[in-house]
Amino acid sequence: MADVPNHARVVVIGAGIVGNSLVHHLARLGWRDIVQIDKGALPNPGGSTGHASNFIFPVDHSREITDLTLDSVRQYKEMDVFTESGGYEIARTEERMEELRRRMSSAKAWGIESELVGPEHVKEKIPFIETDEILGAFWTPSVGVVDSLRAGTIMREKALELGALTVVPNVEVTDLVVTDGRITAVETSGGTIETETVVVACGVWSPRIAKMAGAAIPLTPAVHQMISVGPIPQLAERPGEISFPIVRDMDTFCYERQHGADMEVGSYAHRAILHEPDDIPSIEQARLSPTEMPFTQEDFDPQLEQAFDLMPEALGADGAEIRYAINGLLSLTPDGAPILGETPEVKGLWSAAAVWIKEGPGVGRAVAEWMTHGSSEIDVHHSDIARFYPHQRTRSHVKARTSEAFIKTYGIVHPGEQWEGERGKRLAPMHAQQQEQGARFFETVGWERPHWYDGNEALLGEYGDRVMPREHEWDSRWWSPIINAEHLAMRERAGIVDLTAFAIFDVVGPGAKDAVQRIVVAQADVAPGKVIYTPVLDERGGFKSDLTVMRLAHDRYRVVTGGLHGMADKKWFSDHLAGDGSTGAAAVVDLTSAYSTIGLWGPRARDILGRLTDDDISDGGFGFLSCRDIEVGNLGVLASRISYVGELGWELYVPMEEGARLWSLLHEAGEPDGAVPVGIGVYGTTGRIEKGYRAFGFELDGERTIVEAAMQRPKVKQADFIGREAYVKQREEDPKTVLCTMTVDDHTSSSGVKRYMLGGEPILTRDGGTLTDGHGHHPHVTSAGSAPSLGKHVLMAYLPPDQASLGNRLAVSYMEELYPVTIESVDSTPLLDPENARIR
Amino acid sequence: MVDILVCVKRVPDSSGEVLLTPDAQAVDSRYVGCTLSDHENCAVELATQLVEVHGGTVSLVSVGPPESVEQLRSALSVGASAATLVETDLRDFGPADIAHEIAEVVRAHAEQGRDHDLVLLGNDAADTGDFQVPVRLAHALGRPVVTGIKTVAIEEGRATAHGDSPDGGRETYDLPLPAVVAVSEGGVSPRYPTIKGRMGAKKVEIEMRTPTRAPRGSGRVRLTLPPPAPSTVQVLGEGPEAAPAVVDLFQSLGVLR
Repeated sequence: MADVPNHARVVVIGAGIVGNSLVHHLARLGWRDIVQIDKGALPNPGGSTGHASNFIFPVDHSREITDLTLDSVRQYKEMDVFTESGGYEIARTEERMEELRRRMSSAKAWGIESELVGPEHVKEKIPFIETDEILGAFWTPSVGVVDSLRAGTIMREKALELGALTVVPNVEVTDLVVTDGRITAVETSGGTIETETVVVACGVWSPRIAKMAGAAIPLTPAVHQMISVGPIPQLAERPGEISFPIVRDMDTFCYERQHGADMEVGSYAHRAILHEPDDIPSIEQARLSPTEMPFTQEDFDPQLEQAFDLMPEALGADGAEIRYAINGLLSLTPDGAPILGETPEVKGLWSAAAVWIKEGPGVGRAVAEWMTHGSSEIDVHHSDIARFYPHQRTRSHVKARTSEAFIKTYGIVHPGEQWEGERGKRLAPMHAQQQEQGARFFETVGWERPHWYDGNEALLGEYGDRVMPREHEWDSRWWSPIINAEHLAMRERAGIVDLTAFAIFDVVGPGAKDAVQRIVVAQADVAPGKVIYTPVLDERGGFKSDLTVMRLAHDRYRVVTGGLHGMADKKWFSDHLAGDGSTGAAAVVDLTSAYSTIGLWGPRARDILGRLTDDDISDGGFGFLSCRDIEVGNLGVLASRISYVGELGWELYVPMEEGARLWSLLHEAGEPDGAVPVGIGVYGTTGRIEKGYRAFGFELDGERTIVEAAMQRPKVKQADFIGREAYVKQREEDPKTVLCTMTVDDHTSSSGVKRYMLGGEPILTRDGGTLTDGHGHHPHVTSAGSAPSLGKHVLMAYLPPDQASLGNRLAVSYMEELYPVTIESVDSTPLLDPENARIR
Repeated sequence: MVDILVCVKRVPDSSGEVLLTPDAQAVDSRYVGCTLSDHENCAVELATQLVEVHGGTVSLVSVGPPESVEQLRSALSVGASAATLVETDLRDFGPADIAHEIAEVVRAHAEQGRDHDLVLLGNDAADTGDFQVPVRLAHALGRPVVTGIKTVAIEEGRATAHGDSPDGGRETYDLPLPAVVAVSEGGVSPRYPTIKGRMGAKKVEIEMRTPTRAPRGSGRVRLTLPPPAPSTVQVLGEGPEAAPAVVDLFQSLGVLR
């Protein structure tokens, strides 16, 4: 066994599926002097990998998770540790059948072969299943099982063969040494390793290890109960580990998975059982392994009966006994996504945690690429550890959210579904007024944001059918026609929008201009008082963000970006401030909690603001894309003439404590013009898509380019910026895919009920044929929503270039029915007001 | 037909490192969970096998905290059909008190017409290791008792019990029924529960009792852990050359023949 080296280029802590995959990919990408340590013995050091049920259902509603899974399956197959079994997700209720139809949408969107089948299909492949209660099933032939321990060994060996890796098992991390904000060493029970890079890839122990460096990995160990029943004659008579498809019994939250002569029954139906990371037993203290905790039978009992009812012949076979039963520990996170990337707290300290077997090798590759190139081929921004605000890293938040989410593991989760717990945390200064206005609050990163205002209900009578009411419960869940009424009122009069959830940070110092110039695509060397809207690219020319920047002074820029990705944007700016040092230093100062932002937009916006200020706010005196301090009543306000909804107006920034006052002033001044409070339903969806504005996380991510998103300007600025080289190259090539805007021609379903797509649905040819773009991707709806001014339902999607022509007729598949759509825009030309006259 | 009562105790699983609670009054179960000891699992299995041969019933009794119901249901799922819990936190309960309470249950059942022909216990408790309850119980009931027993056969109102003698030989006892037998692990292989067994066990109504008197036997000052056993790792060799030594070892363990 190797000794602990005293120096390493990188130390990977953990030898589960993630750590093993990571050392392999780091070595493949040229890293040497890699040291991998684990407290346990090899090949199964006792973490969650060792007791995983090891099966993979590739279809997930999340594009990011599906991509990581498909990449992992590819790698498992290369290693010859994948056995295809096929798998069913079965439905016992009509509501679940609808969810399975939605699953079909995702399967088609991600290009995975799946099929909705009847009970007889299930019975034919699994003769011992009872199908009386089954309405139908979602059949995916490419479901399979893997040998994750063997895969780990193979990947470690590949790195060893390259001479890149030293593996030291049975060594415990005792401390992480941080000097001036950087990781400098790992102290272990076998000695100290000096290093500049450390990856925490130790699953349920990750929070404990990261904490040694003062960093947070906000996951919690949680129990997943599993029993193994056997020997079962029906299983034993067939050779090999698995020859029957895996069954996910979605409505009872359990699965049945053959493992040789045994049937493993796993449950997500029990109460959320969370453990403290510090309370996991040591290897010596543990009964089986540290992550195979004592089985709590009473939690499993209801599941036992349900499983038995589904497969009485097999599970009740003579001699079939419950031979193994555990409360297996796995990692859960507050938003369900993995936790990947460099920690914002400590330079050089990375996390690769909260990863399941089905994503392990894909995550290993993505994180290794990110560590090597600064970005990964598969965009993983939903999993970026930098996404968390401090309150989201608290143990209390992690416990509350994971407890609420656990029962939804096999649940039917609406895309707009809101959390019940952990609410009321970040309140805008005008929150009390909004409550009086009947605000329906949706939560984003802790902020309570009005999505619409019940107080605007009277507008429904005013606009009648123009609010495009939705008949179907699913389509109208977490939605209200009031959103569309607010939209119309804003377009006709004016809307007042609370944007307090923006993330705001300043780049200051003598080097500010050069730093911003280097980070953003647009020309940042503009006069103070100018506002720029700009993409931010990674080195590969994929989107890191899109945001607005105000130049406030020669040495001060203010960056305003979405709350959801704001902390990752802040880290990106902080990480890329330093140039060659010739132009002086710059620093990032977070002002998110210092300012409240209110948007005032609509044809009457100037009249309304004019009642409150003597400053010149005429088009000539306060042009579009400019900003300056003005007086609004008795408040000093930073006003920025910009719009995300395509209307004349301003974003008004005031100190947080003055936000309530500004809210009141604007409503008082807006009353004569009929201004209404307008929620995020308009700001985030209806207002934006009528204008074809792209949103990060929907149309834009690391896998998309400026050219594909049709956001290129005539010229590329001369000054160098991150991603410039790639971007210039992209401009010279034909795009492989083109972002288009479509409208739905007919909403009528076969039952006569009009249906409205919510996003994520596949775009097909008119007769249902598959489309494939130059990346090999199949088009899916990135954003969907009402365009009330047009009386249309709008969909955005990346389409193959040969399909991207105005007037082209295609179809969208929604709940397994085809609806005709027509392409209305093949570039960023807005459907509403293409000349942008309204903004003037 | 034979009526067997098996006495079981909720104890921390002892397959990991043994930890004591901070007050040293009990073994800490937080990492390992609670279970029945191997001796008692074998007692339950022995009883179940006897009833499979002769007909009759296996009943269970436990003296302990309310959570002992979990262990009673585990045993119910592998063959027993009735269970009694004398509910107490066991604080201040010594072996004399426990033997007394079990004897009270046996007498109460007799009054109800349930005569337990054979009372099986684990030879000693896995946590407190008192080695006293079987003998005290037999004394209280005025019945014969043998300890360290691995198998039991019943014929014509008498029990034949086999155990290992300290010198490696075999001991055989012949007892008249009713009798008390303390079982050591190793004579039978306890079965795992079936799903049907488990589902049936859930439906059994457990007889709940309270202690009949305040504890008065010898108490417990504290538990202490023995010094850790020295490591017995012996490297048999490396590579293919080690194979014969491994085969020899497996043969000596009885894993290979």
